[in-house]
Amino acid sequence: MSEKQDNQLSRREFLSGSTAAAGLAVAPGVFLTLTAQAKPAGQPVSSENRWGMLIDSNKCANGCTSCVSACEQENGWGSANPTENKSSPEQKAQWIRKVTLRDKETGHVQSLPLMCQHCEHPPCVDVCPTGASFKRADGIVLVDKHICIGCRYCMMACPYKARSFIHEDLQDQLPHAPRGKGTVESCTLCVHRVDRDSDKAVPACAEACNSEGHRAMVFGDLKDPDSEISRELKNYGGEQIRADLGLNTGIRYRGI
Amino acid sequence: MKPVMHYSEIEGRSTGYYGLLALLGAIIAIALAATYHMEHSGHWVTGMNNQVVWGIPHVFAVFLIVAASGALNVASISSVFGKTAYKPLARLSGLLAIALLVGGLAVLVLDLGRPDRLIVAMTYYNFKSIFAWNIFLYTGFMVIVGVYLWMMMERRMNQYSKQVGMVAFIWRLALTTGTGSIFGFLVARQAYDSALLAPMFIVMSFSFGLAIFLLVLMASYRWTERPLGDAMVQRLKNLLGVFVAGVLYFVIVYHLTNLYSTRLHGVERFFLLEGGIYTQLFWFGQILIGSLVPLFLLYHPRLGKSRTMIGLASVLVILGGLVQMYVILIGGQAYPLVLFPGKEVIEGGFFEGSVATYNPSLWEFLLGIGGLAFALLMVAIAVKVLRFLPNNLDDAHVDHHHGAEKAS
Repeated sequence: MSEKQDNQLSRREFLSGSTAAAGLAVAPGVFLTLTAQAKPAGQPVSSENRWGMLIDSNKCANGCTSCVSACEQENGWGSANPTENKSSPEQKAQWIRKVTLRDKETGHVQSLPLMCQHCEHPPCVDVCPTGASFKRADGIVLVDKHICIGCRYCMMACPYKARSFIHEDLQDQLPHAPRGKGTVESCTLCVHRVDRDSDKAVPACAEACNSEGHRAMVFGDLKDPDSEISRELKNYGGEQIRADLGLNTGIRYRGI
Repeated sequence: MKPVMHYSEIEGRSTGYYGLLALLGAIIAIALAATYHMEHSGHWVTGMNNQVVWGIPHVFAVFLIVAASGALNVASISSVFGKTAYKPLARLSGLLAIALLVGGLAVLVLDLGRPDRLIVAMTYYNFKSIFAWNIFLYTGFMVIVGVYLWMMMERRMNQYSKQVGMVAFIWRLALTTGTGSIFGFLVARQAYDSALLAPMFIVMSFSFGLAIFLLVLMASYRWTERPLGDAMVQRLKNLLGVFVAGVLYFVIVYHLTNLYSTRLHGVERFFLLEGGIYTQLFWFGQILIGSLVPLFLLYHPRLGKSRTMIGLASVLVILGGLVQMYVILIGGQAYPLVLFPGKEVIEGGFFEGSVATYNPSLWEFLLGIGGLAFALLMVAIAVKVLRFLPNNLDDAHVDHHHGAEKAS
């Protein structure tokens, strides 16, 4: 897979010139099928992008849960799907959650949203026996609901407790976010938005955070040096949760 | 003159035999009904949740799979290590190994979120996944042990049984390594992530497998009124004692290595001191009932000669083994993931930083016990249709057999 980008070309020019090569690069057939359906422009996803998010916990407001509500609405889970009513709180799906932390030494209190960290080396993908758990070329980690057998090994492997198993029959699912009893799901980084228009796409959580005026979540392409997220990370840095595991997460934090 | 060990099918016409089949069949039927309920309703009717994702069915399934490879040990000792005294038991050993594995896998598959997609698991593989390796290790084990049984039971093929036995032995070591590694490779969880789990699972398999083997052997010889001498039973019970001590050794080393590294003090404190049910199960179930009491019974000069006590010790080893699986599997999941070292979660989140709750449901128990019943039913039927059991295992026969083959 070619990781280099020719700086003489814009990303789109480069992509159109190398569609065939990129198509070959995403070797497993399942990637091709899925992305071909999802991207109307007929472009396969490319390893020239890596989608990620920078979350500034200093800007994240205590008590605010707009990112969680927005995700629920966007993807039809939690309060946005009342048909998941038999499961206990421990059994209910949880794509994104707000956590408030206190430093045991200093007493410093901070809050942040926690979801799938879209690792470069995702343990969930490593352990999945069927390959249902997969990482797209552009770094988004997803579950192929058609070949998930519901073994939950990915949930055992995930260091972030980011995945949910569906414990009951669900109705009223959204077309872009199918969910099914007996399979596993998690944050998709709003892949349907990314595939619709990757240049302007913002996941629902970040959009909500922006409209609340907090601007704690910056979404963008980690491989594009001119993107806001790349510039922010270059100038001010960012941390990964459980960086010791060496997973190179796509979700970065500041102030943790 | 070379003594000949005669094998024959059991008669299997007694009320007791049909009663046994009916009992096991009823347990299996109940287990299937419980499975239907869990799969039809969804897993919300179980105690499993998004914190403790593997529950009682996995405790039984992993126990049975581990015990399966251990049950093959008796055959391996005879063919690989040349202890011919064990040779008459090799067929039963192979049979039990296959049956326990099938029973365990049945439980594992029936607890999937989508058991109807078993075909997907057979056709899509991610070769980086230990689960995917295990699918091959398990099916391969059944094929190899099946061939091994054929080599042993078909006179013309006897000459190859040693070589196939060697392959089966190596394969079973790989299989249990794979099973232990399901947990050993989970870097994210404090209780797992240890290379020690693979060898520990192997020694556990020796112990659990032999305990089940001993019980099946003693029961089938008593019920069919075939002679079973003390020489054979004493040999097996001494071996069981060594294996129980071996498991205890690995458990001690596992905890000592964890205690050596400061980052794991939390999880050790949880298991050994403050883990509530998991601490109690560890000390009373696993260590006392599952290890120390059996060791006492097996090595006591008087009690160690009593069949009842040997049987009791075997039952305790099995119960202790199930408890040990529970502590490793459920306790390991219940202990919270460490996401923010040095910080505490004061609000929100998804049960962050607290010990996860798990209240096993009856359905899960029924499914797990069903797997054991299924394995035993397969054995009960197999010994009726094929010649697995030697006619006579009294002392004279066993010693004679042993001595003569040694000389030949």
